[in-house]
Amino acid sequence: MTDFIVSCRNLDKWYSGVHALNNVSLDICPGETVGLVGDNGAGKSTLTQLLSGVHTPDAGEIIISGKKVSIRKPRDAMDLGIETIYQYNSMVPDMSIARNLFMGREPMTFSLGGFGLIDIKKMREESIGAIADVDLHLRSPDALVGELSGGQRQGVAIARAMHFRSQVLILDEPTNHLSVKETNKVIGFVKGLSDQGVTGIFISHNMHQVFECCDRIVVMARGEIVMDKQIGDTSIDEVHSIL
Amino acid sequence: MKSLAKLYMERTELAGLVLLIVLAATFQILSDGNFLSYANLRNIASVFPEVALMAIGVTLLMICGEFDLSVGSVFALMPMTMAVSMTSGAPFGLAMVLGFAVCVAIGFINGYISLKFDIPSFITTLGMLFIARSLTVVVSGGFPPLLSADIPTWMFTGFVGPGNFFRMSFLWLTLIAVLASILLSKTNFGNWIKATGGFYDAAASMGIPVNRVKIICFIICSILAGFAGLIQVLRFGSPLPSLGEGMELQAVAAAVIGGTLLRGGIGTVMGGIIGVLLIRVIDNGLVLVGVDANWFKFAIGFLMIFAVVANSWVSAQAKKIKLEVGS
Repeated sequence: MTDFIVSCRNLDKWYSGVHALNNVSLDICPGETVGLVGDNGAGKSTLTQLLSGVHTPDAGEIIISGKKVSIRKPRDAMDLGIETIYQYNSMVPDMSIARNLFMGREPMTFSLGGFGLIDIKKMREESIGAIADVDLHLRSPDALVGELSGGQRQGVAIARAMHFRSQVLILDEPTNHLSVKETNKVIGFVKGLSDQGVTGIFISHNMHQVFECCDRIVVMARGEIVMDKQIGDTSIDEVHSIL
Repeated sequence: MKSLAKLYMERTELAGLVLLIVLAATFQILSDGNFLSYANLRNIASVFPEVALMAIGVTLLMICGEFDLSVGSVFALMPMTMAVSMTSGAPFGLAMVLGFAVCVAIGFINGYISLKFDIPSFITTLGMLFIARSLTVVVSGGFPPLLSADIPTWMFTGFVGPGNFFRMSFLWLTLIAVLASILLSKTNFGNWIKATGGFYDAAASMGIPVNRVKIICFIICSILAGFAGLIQVLRFGSPLPSLGEGMELQAVAAAVIGGTLLRGGIGTVMGGIIGVLLIRVIDNGLVLVGVDANWFKFAIGFLMIFAVVANSWVSAQAKKIKLEVGS
């Protein structure tokens, strides 16, 4: 039996009477990049929100690396190595790149009961490293995120996810609002995930993007998985016909 | 121009500081040198710590994206709670604990109700403004109770320093301002306050306990308002139930004049204090140069609107710079 890094078993989620997720089971192998597609309201965001701790499932279980887990808040997911990059990008514009990178997980020189002094020097140095690691060129970690372009912000979000050694990276429509050039950069990054041993879940509306950078495609409709195939075994036309 | 706008964005209290120096110089000239005299500065320094302490709390809370109008009433209720418990036999220490417990409770209720029921804190704390004021009058029984003689008044309002220039309240203000500044800029909690006010959803998605951060800020705000009230009561020698009426608006004005954004995310403790100083300097300066004192509120109103307009103009400029860099 294969050891799955993420296993969802019979997940159910209702939103005020709407059955957003109906008995969904999904197994993902380590290092795999899964493209998750479907119409609006198909349940793809709901599924990933259960993994990233934004919402909790009404029924079913989540198994990470063979262990049954309870993900009740974003912090739980992060502690399990699940990082998420959102389409609206989770950066505070009025704060510096360094402070955004370590938001909620600041390195400390001294702390008591979880509160304490930030190690600002370490935070700056590690930010420079983290940004360079994802091949992003920015002037200074002290620049405000609000001064960056959409693509650069998404780059910082990726740098943040990679810096905290994510095992599973969820990308929730990360290329929305980006220019063609910036989109290509993000797609290139997603392609390179498996080389770094990171498992990816890539949500997109754009079939071409999914076929370009994913190993496997999972199609959702009305809260259920309606197709699950390796990219090599299917075509854009087949996916379109199902949708 | 570009670097000036950027500097202003990063150090929002700077404009207030420049204005403060300009005003002080103007009043000094117009008052034939009386404004910067020892007696007058001593007068300003002995009064302004009370509003300034309140403004620190209001500023912190505003940076995390919330608002407190009840501080003026808490300002009166805290010392009234103390005075009444002391008349019924409680020692000073216990009375103080009770007073601060009331502040903590009010801060918690303000925060909890606003967040739990998703009500703008403007409304919740406006309600609390009436409730706390009413409680103050009710517990006083209509008469201001006498302060007992064994209160260590010197610890809060005694004169200290060279030539007895400062009151102790000034030292308390300095200490608390330094601590609050460190909290905001050097601690992880300060980072969370700015992140929560700057972009609530982003902060929440990164695992910051956003609602807890806000409630703690509500509590800090109430405690500082209560402490400021205690100092004023000890300076006056009597806990009048009407103390602090209208003061909440001065504290909010001070925070805004000092560069704190009403929508949250941006602001400094120093800015709030400079805002209070500006208000006090205008108040005092107008009297010294012989202007009708009724112009005071006009000046504060004008200054506040001017500060907000300047703020939004500079942010617009900063956005233009960003676009130029991006293209």
